[in-house]
Amino acid sequence: MTDMPHSNGADGIARDSHGGKSLLAVDARTRKRNASEARFRLLGKIAVAIGVLALVGLLASILSSGLSSFRQTYIDIEVYLDPAKLDKEGNRDRAQISKVSTFGYKPLIEQGFMEAIEKSGVSLDGISEKEVAEMLSKEAPAQVRNFVLADVERIGQTAPFEVLAGGRIDGYFKGRVTMESAERDRNVSPAQLELADRLREAGVVKVRFNWDFFTAPDASDTRPEAAGLGVAIIGSAYMMLIVLVLSLPLGVAASIYLEEFAPQNRFTDLIEVNISNLAAVPSIVFGILGLAIFINFAGLPQSAPVVGGLVLTLMTLPTIIIATRASLKSVPPSIREAALGVGASKMQTVFHHVLPLAMPGILTGTIIGLAQALGETAPLLLIGMVAFVREYPAGPPEGFFDPAAALPVQVYNWTQRGDPAFVERASGAIIVLLVFLVVMNIAAILLRRRFERRW
Amino acid sequence: MKDNIEGRKLVDQMDVKFETRDVQVFYGETHAIKDVSVDILDKTVTSFIGPSGCGKSTFLRALNRMNDTIPGCRVEGSLTLDGEDIYDPKVDPVQLRAKVGMVFQKPNPFPKSIYDNIAYGPRIHGLARNKAELDEIVEMSLRRGALWDEVKDRLQEPGTGLSGGQQQRLCIARSVATAPEVLLMDEPCSALDPIATAQVEELIDELKQNFSVVIVTHSMQQAARVSQKTAFFHLGYLVEYGDTDTIFTNPTDPRTESYITGRIG
Amino acid sequence: MTTGTLALIVLAIAVVGFILGRQRALSLVSGDSRKLHSRPGYYGQVVLLFTAVPALLLMLAWLFLQPIVVENRVSATIPDGVVPEGGSRSLVMSDVRRIADGLDALMSAGRFSEDDLTDMRADFVDVRTRLGEVGVALGSDVQPPVFEAAKLYRDNTSTGRALMTGAVLLVALGLLVWSFTRISPAQRARNASESFVKALLLGASTVAVLTTVGIVASLLLETFNFFKMYPARDFFFSTTWNPQFRGGSDLGIIPLLWGTLYVSLVALLVAVPIGLMIAIYLSEYAGKRVRGFAKPAIEVLAGIPTIVYGLFALITVGPFLRDWLAQPLGLGNSSSSVLTAGLVMGIMLIPFVSSLSDDIINAVPQAMRDGSYALGATQSETVKQVILPAALPGVVGAILLAASRAIGETMIVVMGAGAAARLGLNPLEAMTTVTVKIVSQLTGDTEFASPETLVAFALGLTLFVFTLGLNVLALYIVRKYREQYE
Ligand SMILES: Nc1ncnc2c1ncn2[C@@H]1O[C@H](COP(=O)(O)OP(=O)(O)OP(=O)(O)O)[C@@H](O)[C@H]1O
Ligand SMILES: [Mg+2]
Repeated sequence: MTDMPHSNGADGIARDSHGGKSLLAVDARTRKRNASEARFRLLGKIAVAIGVLALVGLLASILSSGLSSFRQTYIDIEVYLDPAKLDKEGNRDRAQISKVSTFGYKPLIEQGFMEAIEKSGVSLDGISEKEVAEMLSKEAPAQVRNFVLADVERIGQTAPFEVLAGGRIDGYFKGRVTMESAERDRNVSPAQLELADRLREAGVVKVRFNWDFFTAPDASDTRPEAAGLGVAIIGSAYMMLIVLVLSLPLGVAASIYLEEFAPQNRFTDLIEVNISNLAAVPSIVFGILGLAIFINFAGLPQSAPVVGGLVLTLMTLPTIIIATRASLKSVPPSIREAALGVGASKMQTVFHHVLPLAMPGILTGTIIGLAQALGETAPLLLIGMVAFVREYPAGPPEGFFDPAAALPVQVYNWTQRGDPAFVERASGAIIVLLVFLVVMNIAAILLRRRFERRW
Repeated sequence: MKDNIEGRKLVDQMDVKFETRDVQVFYGETHAIKDVSVDILDKTVTSFIGPSGCGKSTFLRALNRMNDTIPGCRVEGSLTLDGEDIYDPKVDPVQLRAKVGMVFQKPNPFPKSIYDNIAYGPRIHGLARNKAELDEIVEMSLRRGALWDEVKDRLQEPGTGLSGGQQQRLCIARSVATAPEVLLMDEPCSALDPIATAQVEELIDELKQNFSVVIVTHSMQQAARVSQKTAFFHLGYLVEYGDTDTIFTNPTDPRTESYITGRIG
Repeated sequence: MTTGTLALIVLAIAVVGFILGRQRALSLVSGDSRKLHSRPGYYGQVVLLFTAVPALLLMLAWLFLQPIVVENRVSATIPDGVVPEGGSRSLVMSDVRRIADGLDALMSAGRFSEDDLTDMRADFVDVRTRLGEVGVALGSDVQPPVFEAAKLYRDNTSTGRALMTGAVLLVALGLLVWSFTRISPAQRARNASESFVKALLLGASTVAVLTTVGIVASLLLETFNFFKMYPARDFFFSTTWNPQFRGGSDLGIIPLLWGTLYVSLVALLVAVPIGLMIAIYLSEYAGKRVRGFAKPAIEVLAGIPTIVYGLFALITVGPFLRDWLAQPLGLGNSSSSVLTAGLVMGIMLIPFVSSLSDDIINAVPQAMRDGSYALGATQSETVKQVILPAALPGVVGAILLAASRAIGETMIVVMGAGAAARLGLNPLEAMTTVTVKIVSQLTGDTEFASPETLVAFALGLTLFVFTLGLNVLALYIVRKYREQYE
C-alpha cells in the first residue's frame, strides 16, 4: 500500500487506498467515525429523553401541586341557630332575617366549635378562644347563613354542619404549611396546628373529598379554601356550546364550498389564503378583535360567554375547515361519480353521499378544535373573563349574556392572588381542564378508529 | 464447496473478486433470492439480466450490504470479497461500501455543488490530506466519469442542475472517487437517452480496466455490448451464468433462451 | 320580545312555509308528483329558505348596527359642558348606558313604571341612590342632561327593537307569500333551492375573510386613533416604556420588542436543536417500539394548553432557576425571567419543531440516503451532510413558523417573563414582551379614549404584522421546498 493514495498508476486513480486492507479489521478512521456516529445517536436519545421528561416533569409538577385540591379539611360542629340573634322580632320574616349579615352568625359558629372541642375532650392547651375561632374558614358563617335563609323555620334548632376549616389549617394537613412556616405566619400559629392535629385524631376535624371544588363559585382573596370551579365550568361549557353550534355548521359549509363548488379564481384564492393565515394569527389578536368588534362596536356585555364563544369560534374555524376539507378529500371520487351517474345533482351528491362518509373525520376535527378552544386563555383575558364572578350565570340562552369565568382563565386568575393556597387551586383547576382535554381527545381517537375506512 | 457451477470452469487466469455460495435473501416472509452461487471476476463487467421482480437488484444490494438499511431484510449463505466474509459480524458495512460502490437506476446527486458531490466520499473516508489532493481526486473522477470537459468551469454549481445523463455520470464519478474495487450498477441507463447511454457504456468499458463492474440491465443489447459475463435470474433463482457470448448465442437453459428471445419478461 | 323568541317565530313561519309550499306544489298537479319539475319537497324548501334566511340575516345586521346608530344619536344630544375636564365623551356615554340599564332594572324590579320615568327629573330625584338600590353603582351624581340622554337612550333602544321585530316579521311573511305565489309545476325548484344553498355555502366561507377584515380594520382604526394622541415616532423609537395613569406616559415599543425577541430567541435555542434531534432520531434511528412510545408522548406536549405551561413556569421552573441559578450566581432574585419564559416556551415549541421537521426530513427522497450509504457514509454523516442540507429550506421554514409562534405566545410570558419593561442582557432578569403589555393594558376596566389603552392596538398591529410576515415567508419557503421534491 502506498502512502500517497493517488500517485500510483498512470491514470492517477487510487486503486488501493482500501485495497489490501482487510475488511475484518476496523481501521482507526472507521473507529473514529463510528464513535462520532455513536455520539450522534446518543444526542438523539438525549433529545427524545428531554422531550419525554419535559412531559413527565410538566405533568408531575402540576399533579403534585394540584392533586391536594381535591381534598379539603372540614370541621364537624353543631350550631344552635339562636333566635335571639338571628330573628330578634321573632316573626320569622325572611326579609328581616336576611338583614342579619354573616357577622351575626360568626359568634354562633364559634360557640358551636368550642362545644365540639369540649365534647371531644381535646384540651385547648392554653389557646385563646379567639385563636380557636380563627381556625374556622371565613366562609363558614356564609355557609350557615345560606342554610338558614333557605328555610327560616330552622331558626331555633341545633343543626349539624360540616364547615370549612381555614386555609392554613387545610394547608397544614396537605403539607403546604409547616410548624416552621407557621412561626413566621401572622395568620396561623404552631399552637393552632397542634390543636388541629389533636382535633383530627378526635374526629372533629377531617379531610375528605372536595366536591365543592367542582361546584362552588370563586371566593375572595382571604378564603382560598372556599374557592371552586363552578362558575368557570359553566362558563367554559357555555362557550364550548356556542363554539360547537357556530363553528361546526359554518366550518362544514365553508369546506363544502371550497372543496366541491369553488371556482378557480382570485376570490377563492383569497379565501384560502385567509384561512391558512388565520390559523397562524396569535390568539391574543383574536382577543383584541373580540374587544374591539364584539364588545366595543356591537355592544355585547363584557365577561359574557357569548363574546368568548364568538371569539373562540373564529379561532376554531380554520382548524375545523382544514380537518373537514381533508376529510372530504379522502372520500374517493368514485362515490361522487356513482351518485352523479344515477342522476343526482352536485348538491345532492355532496349532501347525501359525500358528507355522511366524511362525517367521522369532520367530527374528529371538530372535537380537536373544541379541545384547543377549551384551553385557550389569552383572548379571554381581554374580553373581561378575568372578572371576579360569584354569581352562577342563568340557564342558556340568557345565561350566555351573564358574566361568567372560564376554566383556563380561572387558573390564571388564581395564580395572581397572594395566598399560596390559590396555587394549589390553580393546579387543581388545570388537572380538571386536562381531564376534560384527555376525554375529548380519547373521544376523537375512538371516533377515528371506529370509522376508519380503507377505500 | 460446490465446484460444478457453470461459471467456475470459465475462470482462467483472472481473479475471483466476489465468491457467493447458496445465498438466500428474505424480505420478512418473502424469499426473494434462492440458493444463488456466483463468482464475480476482477476487471470484468458482469451483467445481471432477468424479468422484472426476479431479484437482480436484491442480489446486487446484498453484495455491498445495502440491504442492511431495509428493515426486515435478511441475508443467508456465504458471500466473500477477496476471501473475506462480508457478513462477518466484525465487518463494518461502512468499510465494505467504500470498497464496493453502487450506482442507482435514477441519478441521485446530492443537493450540493458538483465539486462537493464528488468530494463527499473522499472527505468522509479521509482520502485526501489537503485541498490540492482533493482537487486532484475530483478532477480525476470527473475525467473517469467523462464529465470533466462539460463541467470543469462550473464545479461550484449545484449537481441537481445538470441534465439527466450528466447527473448519472456525476453519480458514477462520485462512486469512482472513493476508489472502490467493485462497482455495482443497478440499471444505470434506464433513465437516460441513447446518447447518454452510449456515453455511460463507453465509461463502463473503460472502468473495467481497474474495477470489477456488475451491471443490472433490462437491455439484452446493452448486456451483450458491455459485459463479458452474464447471469440470468428468474424468480429468485440464478438460472444460468457464463460468458456473455455463450449465454446470448447458445444458452443451455430453455428459460434463458425464451427470455433472450423475448418470450418471458 | 327577545331576539331568541323572534328567531324562533321566524323559523316557525318558515316551517309553515315549507309545508304550505309542498302542499301547493302537489295540489297544482293534483297529487301526481311526476308532473312537477322537481320533487315536491324542493318547492317547500325554496319557500323555507326564502322565508327564514333573509329575515334572520336582517335581524343579525339590525342587532349589530342598532347600538351604533342609537349611540350616535344620543351622544349628539349631550352638550359639551357636561363632559368633564380631561374626561371624554365616551366615558359619559358609558354612564348613560349604565343609567339606562339601571332604569331597566328598576322597572323589572317593579319599583317603577314608565309613567314615573317620564316625570322623573334628575334635578329633583336622587337617581344615584335609587339606582344603587338595584345594584347599579354610579361614580358620581347624575347630571340632568346625562339623565335625559339615558332616557332617550332607552327610548331609542326600545323603539329600535320594536321596529326590528316588525321589519323582520314583515320580511319573513312578505317573502313567504312571494315565493309561495311563484310556485308552479314548471318552476325549477331544485335548481332555485340549490343556488340558494350554494350562496349560503359561499357566505359561510367568507367568514374567514370577514374575520381578517375585522382584525385589520379594528387594529388599524384604533392604532390611527392612538397616533393622533401619541406621536408615532416616540412609539417606535423611544426606549422607555412607562405608562402613567395621569397622562405623560412613555410608550416606547423598543423595550417590549427586545423582551419579545430575547424570550423567543431563548425558546428557539431550546426548541430547535432538541426538536430537530428528536425528528432525526425518530425518523432515522428509532425502532418501532421507541417510536411508538416517544412520538405520541411528544405529540401530547403539543396538545397541552399554554396556560399549563404558564403555570409550570410560575410554580416550578421560575423558582428553580431563581434558587439554583440566579441567586447563587448573584444574577438576580426574580423567579420570572427571560430564561424561565424562554425555557418553558422552548418546551412548548419542541413538538411543533419536531413534527414539522419530521415531515420535512421524510420528504427527502430515499434515493438521497441510498446514494450516501452506497458511498460508505455512516448514518450520522448521511444525516448531517446529505439529509439536513437537502432539508435545509424546509427546516428554515419550520424555524420561522416556530418563531412566529414564540412571538405571539402570551400566557407563558405573562406568567413567566415578568412585567418590567427593560432593555438588558441578563437572561435571569424579568423582562416583558409585547403580548404581556397588550394584556396588561387591556384587562380590567378599559377606557377607550386614553393612549395608555389604545397603545395596545398599536402593539397588536405590530404583533400581527410581524407574525403574519414570518408566517407568509415560512409557508412560501416550505412550499418551494416541497415543490423541489415533487
Ligand atoms: N423492500 C422490499 N420489501 C419487500 N419485498 C421486496 C422489497 N424489495 C423487493 N422486494 C421483493 O423482492 C423481489 C425481488 O425484487 P427486486 O427489486 O430485487 O427485483 P428486480 O429483479 O430488481 O426487478 P426490476 O427489474 O423490476 O428492478 C420482488 O418480488 C419484490 O417484490
Ligand atoms: Mg431492480
